[in-house]
Amino acid sequence: MPQPHARLSGVTKLFETPQATAVHALGPIDLDLARGEFITVVGPSGCGKTTLLELLAGLTSPTDGSISFEGKALAGRVPPGVGVVFQEDASLPWLTVWDNIAFGLRRAGVAAAEIRARVDRAITFMGLSGFARSYPAQLSGGMRQRVCIARTLVLEPRLILLDEPFGALDQQTRLLMGDELLRLWRESGATVLLITHAIDEAVMLADRIAVMSARPGRIIDVVETGWPAQRNSRIVEDEAFGRLTAHVWSKLRIESMKALGRDDAGNPRP
Amino acid sequence: MSRIARVQLAVIIGFFAVLELLTRLGAINPLTMIPPSEMAEHLWRLLWEGALNAPMAQTFVNVALAFMLSVGVGLASGLAIHALPRLRRLADPLLASYYAVPFFVFYPLLIAIFGLNRWPLVAIGFVFGTAAMVIATLNGLDRVPRVMRKLARVHRMGRLEEIARITMPAAVPHLFAGFKLALAYAFIGVIAGEFILSGSGLGHAIAYAYDSFDNQTMYALMLFVVVLAITLNAALHLGEQRLMRKRRRA
Repeated sequence: MPQPHARLSGVTKLFETPQATAVHALGPIDLDLARGEFITVVGPSGCGKTTLLELLAGLTSPTDGSISFEGKALAGRVPPGVGVVFQEDASLPWLTVWDNIAFGLRRAGVAAAEIRARVDRAITFMGLSGFARSYPAQLSGGMRQRVCIARTLVLEPRLILLDEPFGALDQQTRLLMGDELLRLWRESGATVLLITHAIDEAVMLADRIAVMSARPGRIIDVVETGWPAQRNSRIVEDEAFGRLTAHVWSKLRIESMKALGRDDAGNPRP
Repeated sequence: MSRIARVQLAVIIGFFAVLELLTRLGAINPLTMIPPSEMAEHLWRLLWEGALNAPMAQTFVNVALAFMLSVGVGLASGLAIHALPRLRRLADPLLASYYAVPFFVFYPLLIAIFGLNRWPLVAIGFVFGTAAMVIATLNGLDRVPRVMRKLARVHRMGRLEEIARITMPAAVPHLFAGFKLALAYAFIGVIAGEFILSGSGLGHAIAYAYDSFDNQTMYALMLFVVVLAITLNAALHLGEQRLMRKRRRA
């Protein structure tokens, strides 16, 4: 088997609290990301999905276990080649759309002509043409999130981590943004890990779906979708889509009940 | 001009018109107050003759120094206090009760330390203004979304670069409250100090006119100081508005 693009082995995360007891948030988790695959992670709320992403990004360190990217262990910082799109709006309100997207490139000291080419291409690609000179406050939530995706994209990361990037969008926009993301993934050849709470989104986008348990979050199932690389949101019409969605939900339902403090039948647990 | 602005302007003009009428009709004793038109006329003459050049220069420099020191030290302290939660717990109650202390009682002490020159004045203006700037800085930093911190780390920024490229630009709209207060306090501190004990400056000129029963000069200078303070504050306000226009939802 070829070396995984990123690997989590035996990863556990405990959060210290002001009280004596630490909160066991996550793990142990073992997960390999193959180079160029699209993996989605679903789980009940509060199960540590975001923590998982932050661990993989190097934004936080595991309490136990190890994480590597391209064969190198993470050393408490975000390694080059990793791009992150956050759940919250992280557009910079004092910069125009164009300058927001060029932000990382300018810091990296890329030549001006190259920056112009990459940013203009990203603006067209993300459907932001005509808004290059606008400020984020003048855009809708979905457009601002596209600005953030474009800002990550122009740096040409080899591993793209997205934390519920479409969480605040309506369903139609979310499906269409998913299409754009698939196109981006195919063109860039990057490895993509997307966290979501929407089961349909997870099934539609992924090569593999990792299902997480209630806290402490562990991976209880990894589902291969078997989708072709050339896919889009119309895959929801495929008969396998319903079957996969039902399968993921059957796993997730029990865990979501636990997260709500209920048993399998939906009764409050003592 | 908006409706509100027209009403505001009308209130101000109306106030001065009433004052003018009362003083002209003798309802207000001319030894107590002179008509506003006379204040303006006399101020114009003082400015034209250059009589205010020296005290103006003196006061401007003192206020500017006090303001810049307040902003600089306030920003730096705000950043440090924000970065160190232990220091924050220590500083918060002190900052909350800071303005309960009547700092002017220390003015004689400052004169004893620095001598009778500009520095006790700059110091009192600075002491007044700096806490407002610290509080505004902390308030601004508290409001920077947490995701900005993560963004800086994803871009592998060092602490200083993060402050310069992310934290400060994100906090700037909230810092304006501090700039405005620091400027107002610098004015109050410096002019009041000059008024109490100083050999020069606008505050001293007002006190001198008062002691010499020179009502015309006293009121002309008071008008000048008020107009000046309002103009500078309005300039800061305009700067703030320009900045916010970009950031606010259209």
